[in-house]
Amino acid sequence: MTASPVKIPPAAARRWIDICALDDLPPDAGVAALLDLGERSSRQIALFRIGEGDEVHAVDNLDPCSGANVLGRGILCQIQGEPAGASPIYKQHFRLRDGRCVEDEGVIIAVFPARVRDGRVEVGVAEG
Amino acid sequence: MTDKMRVVVVGNGMVGHKFIEAAVASGAGLDITAFCEEPRIAYDRVHLTEFFSGRGAAALSLVEPGFYERHGVRVLVGDAAVTIDRAAKTVTARSGAVVPYDKLVLATGSYPFVPPIPGNDRDHCFVYRTIEDLEAIAAAGAAARVGVVIGGGLLGLEAAKALKDLRLQTHVVEFAPRLMAVQVDAGGGAVLREKIEALGVQVHTGKNTQAIEAGEDRRHCLRFADGSAIETDLVLFSAGIRPRDQLARECGIAVGERGGIVIDDHCRTSDSDIYAIGECALWGGRIFGLVAPGYRMATVAADHLAGGNETFTGADMSTKLKLMGVDVASIGDAQGTTPGAREFTYVDGVNGIYKKIVVDADRRQLLGAVLVGDAADYGNLLQFKLNELALPEHPDALILPRRDGAGLPGLGIGALPDSAQICSCHNVTKGQLCGAVGGGATTLAELKSCTKAGTGCGGCAALVGQVLNGELEKLGLEVCTDLCEHFGHTRQELYHLVRVHQIKSFQELHARHGRNSGGCEICKPAVASILASCWNEHVLGRRHAGLQDTNDRFLGNLQKNGTYSIVPRIAGGEITPDKLIALGVVAKKYDLYTKITGGQRIDLFGARVEQLPVIWRELIDAGFETGHAYGKAVRTVKSCVGSTWCRYGVDDSVGLALDIEHRYKGLRAPHKLKFAVSGCTRECAEAQSKDVGVIATERGWNLYVCGNGGMKPRHADLFATDLDRDTLIRYVDRFLMFYVRTADRLQRTASWLDNLEGGLDDLRAVIIEDSLGIGAQLEEEMAAVIASYQCEWKTAIEDPVKLRQFRPFINSDRADEQVVFVREREQIRPARADELEGVPA
Ligand code: SRM
Ligand SMILES: Cc1cc2nc3c(=O)[nH]c(=O)nc-3n(C[C@H](O)[C@H](O)[C@H](O)COP(=O)(O)OP(=O)(O)OC[C@H]3O[C@@H](n4cnc5c(N)ncnc54)[C@H](O)[C@@H]3O)c2cc1C
Ligand code: SF4
Ligand code: FES
Repeated sequence: MTASPVKIPPAAARRWIDICALDDLPPDAGVAALLDLGERSSRQIALFRIGEGDEVHAVDNLDPCSGANVLGRGILCQIQGEPAGASPIYKQHFRLRDGRCVEDEGVIIAVFPARVRDGRVEVGVAEG
Repeated sequence: MTDKMRVVVVGNGMVGHKFIEAAVASGAGLDITAFCEEPRIAYDRVHLTEFFSGRGAAALSLVEPGFYERHGVRVLVGDAAVTIDRAAKTVTARSGAVVPYDKLVLATGSYPFVPPIPGNDRDHCFVYRTIEDLEAIAAAGAAARVGVVIGGGLLGLEAAKALKDLRLQTHVVEFAPRLMAVQVDAGGGAVLREKIEALGVQVHTGKNTQAIEAGEDRRHCLRFADGSAIETDLVLFSAGIRPRDQLARECGIAVGERGGIVIDDHCRTSDSDIYAIGECALWGGRIFGLVAPGYRMATVAADHLAGGNETFTGADMSTKLKLMGVDVASIGDAQGTTPGAREFTYVDGVNGIYKKIVVDADRRQLLGAVLVGDAADYGNLLQFKLNELALPEHPDALILPRRDGAGLPGLGIGALPDSAQICSCHNVTKGQLCGAVGGGATTLAELKSCTKAGTGCGGCAALVGQVLNGELEKLGLEVCTDLCEHFGHTRQELYHLVRVHQIKSFQELHARHGRNSGGCEICKPAVASILASCWNEHVLGRRHAGLQDTNDRFLGNLQKNGTYSIVPRIAGGEITPDKLIALGVVAKKYDLYTKITGGQRIDLFGARVEQLPVIWRELIDAGFETGHAYGKAVRTVKSCVGSTWCRYGVDDSVGLALDIEHRYKGLRAPHKLKFAVSGCTRECAEAQSKDVGVIATERGWNLYVCGNGGMKPRHADLFATDLDRDTLIRYVDRFLMFYVRTADRLQRTASWLDNLEGGLDDLRAVIIEDSLGIGAQLEEEMAAVIASYQCEWKTAIEDPVKLRQFRPFINSDRADEQVVFVREREQIRPARADELEGVPA
């Protein structure tokens, strides 16, 4: 009788979706990507690569403060050691690890697990 | 099964959710189940109206994704509790489920009261409480022209704002003789009414609605007791709230005479295993219709469950709001009903400002206040009231305008005790703020994020700032001029380092002179701009692209819906018919909204990222180049037609404007730069409002500098007179490069000069007399920029690597289908949130 509104999958129930080569991602910047969820459904995400290495973060591309799909076009920031993306529209910061808006605790965007395997960037979604 | 205490929460509104957060944080290890009647988990009802201004339902959510799962909280979404069996200690759900509890928390909130007017159940009659209500209103609003709100209280005016946002002709009907009768007195109500009416909302007070019938022109006709009537397409009731106490009532829990579940200081009802919190609860004979007291109750109940002893002792109902852009605030005894109370009133009939304070018979203490039109004094007055501070000798000084720059009498922030509550939304005291500053929070942002003060309604922000500054002063800290946490330098120092050490990239500068890892949206664009001013490399180079603000990164101006605008350079505002036609052809082909700008050129709006390169290819083929409208760079040189055509013109202003624009185009600077050239003293090009203005005289050119339009207009200063063309250009070269060298980030020339030690005289000395001996150097630096000019768009479309940056997605060429336009006046415009219904999410 549990109806969970939001699903954060446990590691086992994750499906990893291939996005692009790590080299496609510009260093210290964001891009938008399309997360293909099958059955003609997809979701826009923003990918940020920290430095030239293989630390990659994936969050929603939708900026909740403006309603536009633009977060991948924002500047990558480090705020007290925490990576964050700045919305290019009204400049709010979203922490990449937990999706929280720095300026407004109540606003949160979805965060997806991301990893690099054999030079490819993969993003995890819930199985099924 | 577990042996944890089973807690059931009925209602997953603002307060129910706050309770769960507090209960989880208490670490008591509870087994929590919550009933959530609405189809979505807790959201921010206080900011409900923002749903209409583009914030979707998701953005209003109060629940951090995964929060309930992580803490094993079960939420029954879309299921309501229908009965409570206190003997068996179970709750039965509408779905049939039976949930046992050890402790039960009722957080059922309230429902909007709909007055018993015949016809109140007609179609297109709404209330204003949930997202579903708003969706229904938006749907009906799409086909409506007129809307009426019944009820002119706080919520009624919010609702009226929503109808305005839906572009309806809006009426507010109020039974009482004035608006916001609870919070505001007659004088304040009158000023408020004037302001609201000036915004195009028609206000009808003293109207007793007797029936809602079918209308002749519109769907409904509202009939009033005085015989008058209004026709409207939709009706919105906002006539107060009533506590949802039915569940409690039916199982025999004590409720108040006029409704509300009776609670004690621990928020317990008459059944000691059942708590009630939020708008359904009645404490001390009162219902608290605001969220802050509800939050306090949630904390108290969670604490008591965990064995604590916190108490709820009532709440201050003072409020400060912005209703349709009008500041309204009310403190304590706003109506002056305390025996012996005296009043002081200040009315500014010109600017629509009303302020009143209510003081006790001895004029020692503040009892209440009303502020309309200007609520800047709210924070101070509230402190007087809450801390029972002694009033100054002339209490009226607290609300009189302070024109001579004198400070506020009586109350320096230092006068407040540490226990003074500064932020009432998050219950933060002055002492806590001071502690946080002492603990290292030395900026407003840090202070806000570590104490939460100022992050609710925002009403306390000014006071929080005062506490911060006061504390910094006490600690002997000076105001920090560091660029940001990544560089302990000013922009000017960084510019110098880049020049002297020939630094060519952000990474290099940061490695040698930065601190903390990474960068941010302050230092990255600032350094990118410095690098561009010095070395003028293409802004989309691999080392530079990630540093740019979005406008520079996509070489276009970002619009509210994520599309871009395109502004080709039209130097001096002069354009051939062929080019005008070419612009029209491109705009038509790509269906771009077309507008003449305030800078004498033509802006094409609504291009998606991936369309930018193809559109620019066509524009470049037609002979255009980029206009740098996106950059902190030289924008436009406005011209008047000048001596070539104008019978008064004394020199060729268009010719000079063209030369200047082509000379400096592409120059990146701390902020944008605008120029103008007028052909005579009539000044049709408005040169005296520009960073650099030139006006023709019989004997040459007069040069003006540091003018500004925009937010804080400043007339330019006359810098030098009767110059020949070469001297003029030399001065402008030096002036611009000196500004680029020494200004702060995002500082226009106007505020740069206002902050320049020595002012205009020193500036003249540097530029004209070369007092620093840097004249030749400045000219050389400018020559290097001019020599390395490239049309950024031309370079971009010829370089496959740069072109890749304009793909909509790194892994797909599909266009963003959530960008939706509608047509208005024969052109496109971005769809508003309420027009986006049914668009795939
Ligand atoms: C398009 C245009 C309005 C129009 O439809 O006419 C416009 C549009 C914007 N202006 Fe402007 N300004 C436009 C002429 C002006 C003018 C008039 C002028 O240049 O003669 C002014 C006052 C003159 C001045 O700057 O001193 C002006 C003062 C501002 C300001 C305030 C600057 C200030 O110093 O106070 C801003 C905000 C800022 O730059 O921080 C601003 C910012 C903006 C932004 C960039 C706002 C934004 O961030 O989205 C707008 C970009 C829209 C776009 O996509 O192109 N705009 N803006 C005009 C473009 C002129 C052009 O051809 O490039
Ligand atoms: C448009 C608007 C603007 C406002 N502006 C402000 C403001 O500026 N400042 C301010 O302080 N306050 C404001 N308020 C008031 C504020 O929203 C309320 O004080 C607050 O929401 C009360 O919280 P609550 O949890 O008690 O009630 P609610 O938020 O109403 O939550 C109660 C929830 O319980 C659910 N429920 C009820 N019965 C059951 C049941 N039997 N089973 C399951 N679920 C049930 C309801 O569906 C509802 O979701 C505003 C309200 C509105 C509507
Ligand atoms: S005045 Fe304001 S709204 Fe108008 S274009 Fe300039 S920035 Fe935009
Ligand atoms: S009082 Fe509302 S944010 Fe501080």
